[in-house]
Amino acid sequence: MNETVEKKSLGQIFMNGILDENPTFRLVLGTCPTLAVTTSVENGIGMGLAATFVLVGSNYVVSLLKNFIPDEVRIPGYVVIIATFVTVAQLLMQAYLPDLNASLGLFVPLIVVNCIILARAEAFANKNSALHSVMDGLGMGLGFTLAITLISAIREILGGGTFLGHSLFGEGFEPMTFFALAPGGFIIFGLMIAIVNWLSTKFKRSVN
Amino acid sequence: MDGTLEKMYVAPSPHIRDKHTTQRIMADVLIALLPAAAAAVYFYGASALLLMAASVAAAVLAEYVWQKANRQRVTVSDLSAAVTGLLLAFNMPASAPVWMPVIGAVFAIIIVKQLFGGLGHNFINPALAARGALMASWPSHMTSFVMPGADAVSSATPLGMIKEGAGTFADVTARFSLTDVLTGRIPGCLGEVSAVLLLAGGIYLIARKVIQPRIPVAMLGSMIVMLWIFGGEGGLFSASAYAVLYQVACGGAVLGAVFMATDYATTPVTPVGQWIFGAGAGVLAVIIRLLGTYPEGVSYAILLMNVAAPLIEKLTRPTPFGVQKPAGKKAGGSAA
Repeated sequence: MNETVEKKSLGQIFMNGILDENPTFRLVLGTCPTLAVTTSVENGIGMGLAATFVLVGSNYVVSLLKNFIPDEVRIPGYVVIIATFVTVAQLLMQAYLPDLNASLGLFVPLIVVNCIILARAEAFANKNSALHSVMDGLGMGLGFTLAITLISAIREILGGGTFLGHSLFGEGFEPMTFFALAPGGFIIFGLMIAIVNWLSTKFKRSVN
Repeated sequence: MDGTLEKMYVAPSPHIRDKHTTQRIMADVLIALLPAAAAAVYFYGASALLLMAASVAAAVLAEYVWQKANRQRVTVSDLSAAVTGLLLAFNMPASAPVWMPVIGAVFAIIIVKQLFGGLGHNFINPALAARGALMASWPSHMTSFVMPGADAVSSATPLGMIKEGAGTFADVTARFSLTDVLTGRIPGCLGEVSAVLLLAGGIYLIARKVIQPRIPVAMLGSMIVMLWIFGGEGGLFSASAYAVLYQVACGGAVLGAVFMATDYATTPVTPVGQWIFGAGAGVLAVIIRLLGTYPEGVSYAILLMNVAAPLIEKLTRPTPFGVQKPAGKKAGGSAA
C-alpha cells in the first residue's frame, strides 16, 4: 500500500481505484454499505456519489494537513475531517435530495466509519500530495460507485423486476424477492467478486 | 507420473473396503422417499408428480450443465442431484407453479452445492437452502396449501391453524384427526403428507445402514420433550400425549429429521456431535414453531444447526488413543 507519487501518473492513480484496486471487488472494503443499500439502483448511485464526495474532500484535507497532525492522534484526526464532510454531505442531501436521504437513512451518517475512506486517508493521502490524493479519492469513489451500482442493478432487476423504479417485465412477472433481502445481497456480492477475479486473471493471462 | 506417485501415500492398516458407493447410498435414499412420493401423488394428483419431475430434472440438468461448462467430471450418475431435487419438491405445496421448483433446484445445485465444491463440500443442505430462498421470494406460493383431492380447495395446514389460533386445539383435531395426519390426508407440502410412510423410509435407511438413527431420534425426541413442556394451551406441562404426538407428526418434522438432518456433508461425524445436532435442531424447531412468525420451523432449525455443525465437531472431537489429555482440561473439550 506504499504508493509513491513519482511512479504513477494521475491517470494511473485514477484507474487504480476503478480496476486494479477497486475498493469493493478487489480490496473488499466498505462491505456494509455495499450490502445494505444496494437494494435499488437509485440508492446505489446516491450512496456511491455521497461517499465519493466525502472521499475526495477528506483525502484532500488529510493530505494538506499530513505534516501538522501528530502521528499518535492521526486516526482521530482523520475521523474528525471525515465527519465534517459527512455532515456537509448529509445537510446537502437533506436540503436538495430529501427522498434519497430518507431511503438511505442511517447509512448516510455511517459513511463516517466507511473503511474505504479511512483506508485511503491512512494509506494514500497521508503520504502523497494534495493533487494526487484528490485523484485517488475520485478514482476510489467512482470505483465504489460503479461497483455498488452494478450490484444494486442486479439486485433491483432480480429482486424487484424494476430498474431505477421502472417496471421491466410487466404485470405477470413475480420477482425473486430473495435478492432484495440480505442473503441475496451476500450471494450477489460474492458472485460479483468471483466474476471480477476470474475476468481479471483471464485478462492478465492474455496480456502476458 | 513419477512426481504424482511420490505424492500418494498409503495409510497404515487396517484397510477397510466398503461396498457402499455414493450411487448406492443415494439410490437407497430415493427408494426410501418413494412411498412418500407415491402418497403425495395419490393425495394431490398429477400436479404433485409434475412438480417432482420438474424439480428432479432441473437439479440433474443444472449439475450436468455446470460440470460440463467447467470441464469437470460429470457426476450426475451418483444420483445426489436427483435426491436434492426430490427433497426440494417435497418442500413445496401441490399448488406451487411449476417454474418454482426449477428455480429452486438450480439455486440448490449451482449456488449452494457446486460453488462450494460439489458433493460433500456444501456447508448447508442444498434442498433446504433453496426452500429458504423460495420462501423468502414467493411466500404466498410457498404457503398456499390445498386439500388433498382433485378439487384443490385451499386450506391452512393443521400447524397453520394452531399458529393462527383459529379455534382451540380440539377444533383443529376435529377437522384433521391424528390418523389423517399420520396417513397424509391433510393440506401441506408434498413431503409433509404422510408421517408413517416417511418413518417407514427412515427405517429402511437405518436397516440399510445408510443413516445412523442418532440424529432422527435426538431430533424427534427433543421435539417431543419441548412440545410436552411448552406446547400445551394451559401453561407448562399441560400438553397431552395426544397433542404432542399430533404436533410432531404434523409439518416437516419427520421429513426433516429422517431425510434432511441426516445429510452427511452438513452434519457432524462424531456420534456425540450427532446427538447434539439432532437435539439442537429439535429444540430450535419447536422454538420457531411456538414463538416465531412461521407456523413451521423445522427447515430453519436444520439450516441453523448445519451452520453450527463444524463447531459441534470441534467440541466433540475424540482424543486419539494414547494421547495424553492436557492437564486441567476435560477430554476433547476446549482443546481446540
